[in-house]
Amino acid sequence: MTRVFISRDMASVALGADTVAEAFAKAGCEVVRTGSRGLFAIEPLVEVETDAGRIAYGPIGPGDVKAVLDGTHANRIGPIGEHPFFSGQQRFTFARCGVIDPLSMRGYAANGGWKGLDAAHALSPQEVVDAVKASGLRGRGGAGFPTGIKWQTVLDTPAHEKFIVCNADEGDSGTFADRMLMEGDPFHLIEGMAIAGHAVGARHGFIYIRSEYPFAVETMHEAIARAASRIEPFTLEVRVGAGAYVCGEETSLLDSIEGKRGEVRAKPPLPAIEGLWGKPTVINNVLSLSAVPFILAEGPQAYADVGFGRSRGTMPIQIAGNVKNGGLYEVGFGLTLGELVNQIGGGTASGRPVRAVQVGGPLGAYFPPSMFHLPFDYEAFAEAGGLIGHAGITVFDDTVDMAKMARFAMEFCAVESCGKCTPCRIGSTRGTELIDRIVAKAPRKADTVETLPQMRNAGTAARTHDEEIELLRDLCDTMKHGSLCALGGFTPYPVLSALDHFPEDFGSAHVHAAAAE
Amino acid sequence: MTFTREKDFGTPAKHGETVSLTIDGQPVSVPAGTSIMRAAAMVDTAIPKLCATDSLESFGSCRLCLVEIEGRKGYPASCTTPVAPEMVVRTETDKLRKLRRGVMELYISDHPLDCLTCSANGDCELQDQAGAVGLRDVRFGYEGANHLEGCKDESNPYFTFDPAKCIVCSRCVRACDDVQGTLALTVDGRGFASKIAASQGEDFLSSECVSCGACVQACPTSALIENTVIDKGTPDKSVVTTCAYCGVGCTFRAEMRGEDLVRMVPWKEGKANHGHSCVKGRFAWGYAQHRDRILNPMVRTSVDEPWREVSWEEAITHVASEFRRIQSSYGTRAIGGITSSRCTNEETFLVQKLIRQGFGNNNVDTCARVCHSPTGYGLKTTFGTSAGTQDFDSVEQADVILVIGANPTDGHPVFASRMKRRLREGARLIVVDPRRIDLVRSPHIEAAYHLPLQPGTNVALLTAMAHVIVTEGLVDEAYVRERCDGEAYAEWAAFVSEPARSPEAIEELTGVPAADLRAAARLYATGGNGAIYYGLGVTEHSQGSSTVMAIANLAMATGNVGKPGTGVNPLRGQNNVQGSCDMGSFPHELPGYRHVSDNATRALFEADWGVTLDAQPGLRINNMLDAATDGTFKGIFIQGEDILQSDPNTKHVAAGLAAMECVVVQDLFLNETANYAHVFLPGSTFLEKDGTFTNAERRIQMVRKVMEPKNGYADWEVVQLVANAMGLRWTYTHPSQIMDEIARLTPTFAGVSFDVLEERGSVQWPMNAAAPEGTPTMHLDQFVRGKGLFVVTDYVPTDERTGPRFPLLLTTGRILSQYNVGAQTRRTENGAWHAEDRLEIHPHDAENRGIRDGDWVALRSRAGETTLRALITDRVAPGVVYTTFHHPDTQANVITTDFSDWATNCPEYKVTAVQVMPSNGPSDWQTRYREQSDRSRRIATVEPAE
Repeated sequence: MTRVFISRDMASVALGADTVAEAFAKAGCEVVRTGSRGLFAIEPLVEVETDAGRIAYGPIGPGDVKAVLDGTHANRIGPIGEHPFFSGQQRFTFARCGVIDPLSMRGYAANGGWKGLDAAHALSPQEVVDAVKASGLRGRGGAGFPTGIKWQTVLDTPAHEKFIVCNADEGDSGTFADRMLMEGDPFHLIEGMAIAGHAVGARHGFIYIRSEYPFAVETMHEAIARAASRIEPFTLEVRVGAGAYVCGEETSLLDSIEGKRGEVRAKPPLPAIEGLWGKPTVINNVLSLSAVPFILAEGPQAYADVGFGRSRGTMPIQIAGNVKNGGLYEVGFGLTLGELVNQIGGGTASGRPVRAVQVGGPLGAYFPPSMFHLPFDYEAFAEAGGLIGHAGITVFDDTVDMAKMARFAMEFCAVESCGKCTPCRIGSTRGTELIDRIVAKAPRKADTVETLPQMRNAGTAARTHDEEIELLRDLCDTMKHGSLCALGGFTPYPVLSALDHFPEDFGSAHVHAAAAE
Repeated sequence: MTFTREKDFGTPAKHGETVSLTIDGQPVSVPAGTSIMRAAAMVDTAIPKLCATDSLESFGSCRLCLVEIEGRKGYPASCTTPVAPEMVVRTETDKLRKLRRGVMELYISDHPLDCLTCSANGDCELQDQAGAVGLRDVRFGYEGANHLEGCKDESNPYFTFDPAKCIVCSRCVRACDDVQGTLALTVDGRGFASKIAASQGEDFLSSECVSCGACVQACPTSALIENTVIDKGTPDKSVVTTCAYCGVGCTFRAEMRGEDLVRMVPWKEGKANHGHSCVKGRFAWGYAQHRDRILNPMVRTSVDEPWREVSWEEAITHVASEFRRIQSSYGTRAIGGITSSRCTNEETFLVQKLIRQGFGNNNVDTCARVCHSPTGYGLKTTFGTSAGTQDFDSVEQADVILVIGANPTDGHPVFASRMKRRLREGARLIVVDPRRIDLVRSPHIEAAYHLPLQPGTNVALLTAMAHVIVTEGLVDEAYVRERCDGEAYAEWAAFVSEPARSPEAIEELTGVPAADLRAAARLYATGGNGAIYYGLGVTEHSQGSSTVMAIANLAMATGNVGKPGTGVNPLRGQNNVQGSCDMGSFPHELPGYRHVSDNATRALFEADWGVTLDAQPGLRINNMLDAATDGTFKGIFIQGEDILQSDPNTKHVAAGLAAMECVVVQDLFLNETANYAHVFLPGSTFLEKDGTFTNAERRIQMVRKVMEPKNGYADWEVVQLVANAMGLRWTYTHPSQIMDEIARLTPTFAGVSFDVLEERGSVQWPMNAAAPEGTPTMHLDQFVRGKGLFVVTDYVPTDERTGPRFPLLLTTGRILSQYNVGAQTRRTENGAWHAEDRLEIHPHDAENRGIRDGDWVALRSRAGETTLRALITDRVAPGVVYTTFHHPDTQANVITTDFSDWATNCPEYKVTAVQVMPSNGPSDWQTRYREQSDRSRRIATVEPAE
C-alpha cells in the first residue's frame, strides 16, 4: 500500500486538502495527515513515500491521483527539501511540521521529540534557565524581551503556585506561525511548556488560543490528552478566547483566563511576579516556548550560533499579502527585508511593483522599497522606526492607498481597544475622524460650539491641512507615549510611517524630516 | 472651619523599609512599594491625575500622571510605578506638559462644557486637571463621536448617574468591587463604546447596588453625585462627626452650607470605617429635618387626651413634681429610667446619674437588655470584661472567620465590606445561621461551611464543636495551660468529651450534618488565626449567655484570644450600645461594670456626687413593667428608646406602661411608646450636639455639633434641666466636663478626655496609666480576670416549642436599608428598598398553606397575631420563617414571647413557635392598635390658656 502525506493544516484544507486526501484514500493509499510544510502556492501538497524518500507534488487536485501515483504529474517537485523555498531554511522550530502526523506520539518521539524535555529533567531548574539565557532567545511575541531573564524572575519569586501561560492568541493579520505549529506539531509546544514548568517550578500551564483557530484548539486538546503521562507532573489545559484582539496583550490575556473582561493591566507588577491569579507566571508566545526544546536538545550554543547582532537563533517569518510565495519561512535573523520580499517571497502576486510592506502585523510600520536593505533584526527595525513584532510581513503593490492604510490602523485600534486608557480609547476614534478629513481634503471648520460667543479661547478660523496633519502627529505622539499597552502605543507606527514615507497619499507635499532620506 | 477636600495622595499608603529618591530636585523618603505619585504628594507635588485616588489601588488608565525617570525609557505612569532607591523623577517637563495636554484634549472632546452650571462645579477633578494642564483649545472640535446623548439615571433616591459626565476612569467600578465588595458595577462594551453599567445594564435602583455611596465618593466628576449637592450646591465647610446608626461607628465629614447639611462623606481617617459607608449613614439623615419631628415639649394628664404643647419650663417642672409626688406616695423605688444607646456617652452617663443621684435608686436599664446583655454576662464571666476583644482592623489578619447569628452585610455593612475583602483575599468562612445569609454565597465569596441549624440549638452546636476539638486533640494545650484556669478547663473538657455532646448525637436536634460540623470545627481549630463574629442570633435566646460562654470556650481552647486576627467579637447593634453599657446603664452596675454592692466603688461616687447611693440593684426593664402591672412602679423616664415596638410581647409592654402614672418620653418623634406617655420632651439629633459614641470595638469617637438643636436643647441639657428641677445642682456647660467626670470615676476611662480625642481622633478603652495608648486588642498577655475561665454549657432546650398549633419557628432580624424600629430610616428615602416588613417562608411551607409570593398572611403565636405579606424563598429552611421588625404597622413583637435568657432576661426574639395562614388584611389587634395610636398622637391645635 502506498503511503502518502497530505496536510491537514487549516490553510491547506481551505485550499482543498481534504478532498485530495479522500481521493487518495479511495485509491487505496494510506493517507497520513500532517501539518503544512508552509508554502501555500504548492498546496494542496501531496508527498508520496518511495524508496528514494518522499516525493512532493503540488498543487494537486482530487483528479490528479493517478498522475501523482505513477509519477507523471506536471507539478512534481521532487524531495521537498530541494525546493528553493525550503532549501535555504533553518528549521529549528518547524522541523517536524509537515513531516509527521501531528498527533502521533510515536512519530514525535521518533523524530527527535522529548529530547529537550529529557535533557531539561536531567538539569536543575537554574541550569535550564541558564541554558535559555545562553541561547539568546528573545520573546517571539513581538517585544523581544530575553526569555531567560523572564524565567529567572519567575524562578526567583517564591510562591506556592506558579503558572506557565502560552499566548496563542495570534491576532495579527498576516501571521499564522502559531497556528501552523499547534496544528502541525502540538507536542512540540507541549514539550516547550513542560520544560518551562520544570525551569521555574510551575506545575500547571494554560494555552490561550483564539476562538478563530478551531483546528488548533481541537489538536491541542487531543495532544494534551495524549501527552499527559509524558509531561508529568506538569499539567496543561486549553483556554479559548472570545474574539478580542487585545486579549493577545499578555495582561489582558491573564484577565481573560481569570474569567474577567480582558483589560490591560498596568505594569508593574510584572506577570513574572504577580501574574495569573496574582501568582508568578511565565507568559510566552507559542514560538518562544517552541524554540526551547531545540535549545535544550542541541545545546544553547547551537541556537545562539545562528542569527544577527543581538537577535539570536531563527525566526519563523510569515510572508503574506500581495506576494507570490506566501507562507512560513524559518531562518536565522539577518536576511534583508528585500531578500525576504523579492527573492523568497518572489515579489507581488499581481506582478506589479511592490510599493510598501508592513512588518509586524497591523501595528507594524510600513516600509517602502527604499528601505529594503534593512536586516531582519530587532534593533535595526526599531532604529528605522518600526518593529519586527511576530514576524509577519504583508506585501502591497503600487495600487495601495497609504492614507487608507493609516486610517485602517486607527480604525483597527478603535475597534479592538479595550477602552481602559484614554489615549487609545478616545484617541483612536478621533484619529479615524481626523484622517477621514485629511483624506477628504476637508480640514475642520470651526464648529457650532466653538463659534458661540460664550467661547473665548477656541480657535474660530478653519483649520488648515497642515494643522490637521500636525494634530495627527500630536495625537500619534500622545498615543505612542501615553498608551497603557502596545495596541494604542504601536498604532502610530503604521500611521506615522505611512505619513512619513508616502506623504503624497495624504494630499500633502509635506515630508517629515525623518523620511527625507 | 472652612471647606477643604480631604487630601488625596492618589494611591494607598504602603508599609515597608524606607526608600529615598528625588522628585523635582526634592529629596523624599517613603516606604518601599509607595507609588511615585504618593511620594510626590507627600512633598506637596501634585502630579495631575484622574483615575487614581488613595482609597483604591492604582489602575493606570487616565495617563495624565506620566513622569520622566532618569535612566528609564518612556514616560511611566507615576501611579503604577513604585519608588526605587536613588530614583530621580521629574514631574514637569515640556514633553510631559504636551502629553498631558494631549490626553486632556481627548477627554474634553467628549465632555459637556457646562461647567458653570454643573453640579460638581468647584468640586470636579476633571475641571481641576484641565486647569492644571493648561488646556485652552480642543483642536478636535466638539462634533466628533461622543457620549453626550446619554440619559441620566435618577432611579436612586440619593444620587444621580449622568453618563455624559462620565470619563470612564473606573473609579466607581473599583470602589464597588474592592471597597464595598458588591461588584454591582462594570464597564460595559469596550473601546470608545465603554460605559459604566449597573448589574446587567439595569438602572441603579433595580440593580444589585446597595447604595453605599462608595462610587459617588470615588467619582471625580459629576457623573455620580449626591442629589443633595444637585439641589443645594457644594458645601462651604465640614465637621467630622460619628454616625448615629449602628455599632460600627463610621466617622463622617458632615459637609455643610451654613447650617444646612449638604452631604455626609465618610472620613478617610476614620479608624472604624477607613472612608467607607453604607446607605444609612451616608444618605439616610433626612429624618433630622423631617416634618414629623416634635420640637416643643408636650404634656397631658391622660393618654386619651390630645397632647398640649407647653414651654420647656412647664414641662420640666411637671416632670419633677410628678416624679417627686410618685416617690412620696409609692416610695423611692417607684420610679426609674431607661438610658438610650442612641445618645452620647455623656448623656447616658447623666441619665443614670439622674436616677442614682436624683431618684435615689438603681432602676436604670437600657436597650442592651434586649440585645447584648448576655455578651456582658458571658464575656465578663469567662474573660473578665464585657466587650469585644479586638478592633475591626483585626479581621485583616484573620485566616478563618466564624460568623454566628449575625448578618453583617445587612446589620453591620461597613464592617462586612472589610470582612468580605479579607475573604476575597483567601480567608475561609464558616457561617452558623438558620438562614442562608448573603455572606454564605456572594460574588467571589463562598462559605467553606454553612451550618443551617434549627433556631434555639446554638449551645448544642457549639458544644459539639468543642467536642470535636477536644476529642480530636486540636486543643492549643500550651495556651490553655498558660492562660486559663486549669481546673475549670479539665471539668469543661470532660463535659464536652461525653459522647452525648458529639456532632452525631446532636445531628437530629440541630439539623446540621455531623460531618460538616466536624469539618468546620477542625477548620476553626487548625486554619490559622480564628476570629469569631457574632450577633443577636447568639444572645437573644433563652440560653443567650450560655452561647456567649460556649463561644468564649471555643476561642480559649484554640488559643484564639489575645492577638490580632483572632478573638471573640460581638457585632453590637446600636451606635452607642457599648457606651451605654460602659456608662453604668444596668441596674446592678455603676459605670465601668462595677457592681453597686461594691462599697469602695459606691464610696467613690458618693464622695463625688455628695449623696448616699442605693446598694441594692434596681429593676430591669421587664421587672419595671411587671412592677407597674403590680402597682408598685409608677413613673419612668425613657430617653431615646421605643420599648413598645422593640421589646418583646408588645401587649405586656403596653399593659405595664398603661399602669403608670407618669411616663416621660424623650425622642425625636412621637414613637409608639409615646402613645402611653404623659410628658413628651423633644430630643435632639446627633447633628445637634457634642459628645462621644463608643463603637463595637470599644472605640470612643467624637460627635460634633454641626447645627443648633431644632428643639432648643441638646439631650444632655434636658437631663440637666430635669435633674436641677429635682433639686440636684448640676452645672455642666459642655459635655467635655461630663467626660472629665466619667474619666475621674471610671478606671478604664481614666486617660480619656475631649482634648485627647481631638488630638488622636479616637481611642479604644481601657485607656489609663496601664494602657496610655488605649487598647486595640484585649487580653494580650493575660485575661482581664487573670486566668480565662472555661464554663460548662449544658444545652437546655427552650420552653418555646413547635407543636400542632404552632408548627413553624419564627426568627427575626434586620435588613440593610432599615434600622431597628425604623423611626429614622422610615423617615428617609430608604423606603425605596424596604417599604414594609415581609415574612420569608420556604416554598414548601408556603405551598402547603396555599400561599403565593406577595400574599397577605396572618402570623400567629401564643402571644399574639399580626399580618404581613409573604416572601417565598429557600433562604430559610423548611419549618423556619423570618421577618424584620422595622415597621410599626407590622408590630412583629406582638408575636414574640416573654421567654428570656436565664442570666440576663435578654428576650428570646429569635425563637417563637408560630403558625402562618393566608389572610385578607390586618389583624384585629393591628386595627385597634392603629386607631389607638392615631388617637393618642393628636396634638391640640389651639394654644391652651395658661
